[in-house]
Amino acid sequence: MDPSEIVQQAFNGLSLGSILLLAALGLAFSFGLMNVINMAHGEFIMIGAYATYIFQQKIALAVGESAAVHGGVFFILSIVVAFIVTAIIGLLIEALVIRRLYGRPLDTLLATWGIGLILQTLARLIFGASNVAVTAPDWLKGAWNVTDMIALPYKRLFIIGLVTLCVLGIYIYLNRSASGRRMRAALQNREMAASLGVATRRVDAYTFALGAGLAGIAGAALTLLGQIGPTLGTGYIVDAFLVVVLGGVGSLPGTVIAATLIGVFNAIFELSTTATLGKVLVFILIIVFLQWRPAGLVTLRSRA
Amino acid sequence: MIAIIRRYGQWLTFAAVGLLLLFVAPQVLSGFNLNLLGRFLAYAIVALGLDLIWGYAGMLSLGQGLFFAIGAYCFAMYVQIEQSGGKLPDFMGLYGLTQLPAIWLPFQSPVFALAAAILLPMGLAALLGYIIFRSRVKGVYFSIITQALTFIVSLLLIGQQQLINGTNGLPINDAGTLFGHSLQQDSTKQAIYTVTVICLGFAYLLCRWLCGSRFGQVLVALRDDENRLRFVGYNPVKIKVIVFAVSAGLAGLGGVLFFPQGGIISPAAMGIVPSIEMVIWVAVGGRGTLIGAVLGALVVNEGKSFISTQSPDAWQLVMGLLFVGVVLLFPAGIAGSVQLYGSRLLARFRQQRPNADVEFSPEADSPAAAGVMEASR
Repeated sequence: MDPSEIVQQAFNGLSLGSILLLAALGLAFSFGLMNVINMAHGEFIMIGAYATYIFQQKIALAVGESAAVHGGVFFILSIVVAFIVTAIIGLLIEALVIRRLYGRPLDTLLATWGIGLILQTLARLIFGASNVAVTAPDWLKGAWNVTDMIALPYKRLFIIGLVTLCVLGIYIYLNRSASGRRMRAALQNREMAASLGVATRRVDAYTFALGAGLAGIAGAALTLLGQIGPTLGTGYIVDAFLVVVLGGVGSLPGTVIAATLIGVFNAIFELSTTATLGKVLVFILIIVFLQWRPAGLVTLRSRA
Repeated sequence: MIAIIRRYGQWLTFAAVGLLLLFVAPQVLSGFNLNLLGRFLAYAIVALGLDLIWGYAGMLSLGQGLFFAIGAYCFAMYVQIEQSGGKLPDFMGLYGLTQLPAIWLPFQSPVFALAAAILLPMGLAALLGYIIFRSRVKGVYFSIITQALTFIVSLLLIGQQQLINGTNGLPINDAGTLFGHSLQQDSTKQAIYTVTVICLGFAYLLCRWLCGSRFGQVLVALRDDENRLRFVGYNPVKIKVIVFAVSAGLAGLGGVLFFPQGGIISPAAMGIVPSIEMVIWVAVGGRGTLIGAVLGALVVNEGKSFISTQSPDAWQLVMGLLFVGVVLLFPAGIAGSVQLYGSRLLARFRQQRPNADVEFSPEADSPAAAGVMEASR
């Protein structure tokens, strides 16, 4: 293995990790806040990807702006659309199912798994079982040749940039906005926040919708890396859960570090062994790590 | 008379159902349907194990499919060797192997294969359980980690083309024999069915004995308040490891019995989806009631085979609706609901207050939730 190969692979891992991060943020917050494990989260990724597809292929092309599609204006817009569509669907699911299962985490897990199956079937009925492709904008084609050996595709650079932007946005939201502060308050001490007048149930709903929306953005980003199908999300969900377990619930820095680590380690192990063995090694490392810190990398401390 | 029925009613029912399955079903059902029933009864054994760990001990394992498949694979390896006449199984030749890999060698012995089919899942569960429970990882974390383990091992096995035929799995071919009897013969098939029924009976008795004893009470205490149990002086790790291992062993046994009736075992039987399907059997039947687990496995699989023949896509939708519906509307499942409403009716009939010792209570897992919240802080 020469070093440039490792750099290349680590970069690929970084871009994979950044998608995992978007998927895992929603999981981490809804688990930290509501003790809800959302098994349908992978399907939010899928919905985001299909929203991108519809917006670009059906709406944008119907408007007839072929140049705009290839120029990528619509692609940027479609990321926003993906966020909004999945957030609304997340809000609906929270109101219809999850709110009714408060305090029953294992039951929520099962119910959301059911929702995931339903969403997958619906996607298959609407879009067909075969995969579809989204046209990447022209300016994302090609790669940045750092050296002769290392080529960083613009698509992956774009994804990393997009995710950085999202994380920055969330950081500002959590620390600078009133609504974000309410969320942190509910996360740290639910009863105290409620008694000080925070409408914790409403915070729950917003947080869940936000998490769903972020998964939607992850889906939009995934359309750049390959074709999309009804089972798109299932491939990422296990890794996303491992990110939550490793990072610690409800912690932004923990989730960021965990996603990056899992993405990069997966990629590097994959290079030196095989794809599956790489996954096995990562899993073993996580289990071993949990022996040392059972609550994950970053834990919220409170006296409650 | 009534006193006798009241006292021994459950055992009479047990005996009646047993006799029905053992002697009446083979006469009444066609070969195809008997085979189907046999498969579902093998699933019911898995469901019993899952109910033990989930319904009683409150730990939702999403890895039962893995243990099931390990059991089936162990047994399948023996059958592969036997049906190739003690030489190399067919598929290995395709991948250019000339002699049995070392891992396969002990599986030439049926005793070893059967023992491994049950002890290997138990050992794996005990090892993983010890590591997980020791660091007090519990609740939803436990579910996620068992699911991840299932996912990863199934990936690992799919990659092993030469060793266990990858995605194609290990099938029984026309020459397939079991202890010298052709698997194509009706008498062999019936014998396997009979063995399945007997094993299910024993599995049920084992679980009943476990749940009825002190051990069972400790399990429920574990589900309802683990910390208190620890303060009282029990060691939750030991109890959890034991119950996880027993449930894995039952899943392995289910796999062993399933394989000759299903005709093939492939990684498709061990992934995330089959594992969580096993959960819905127990949820529909009624978690925390052993009879519910058996009932659920039969009802759901019957429904699945019926719906799948009508339209393959529909089953996924139905299963999704089942998950949501059962959890939201009937968390007690079939058996639990019957118990709950039955005892209320009975109480009204007798003008008494409802029976207090109904096994399931909808609030049952809220203390567990509190445990998770404590763990997450």
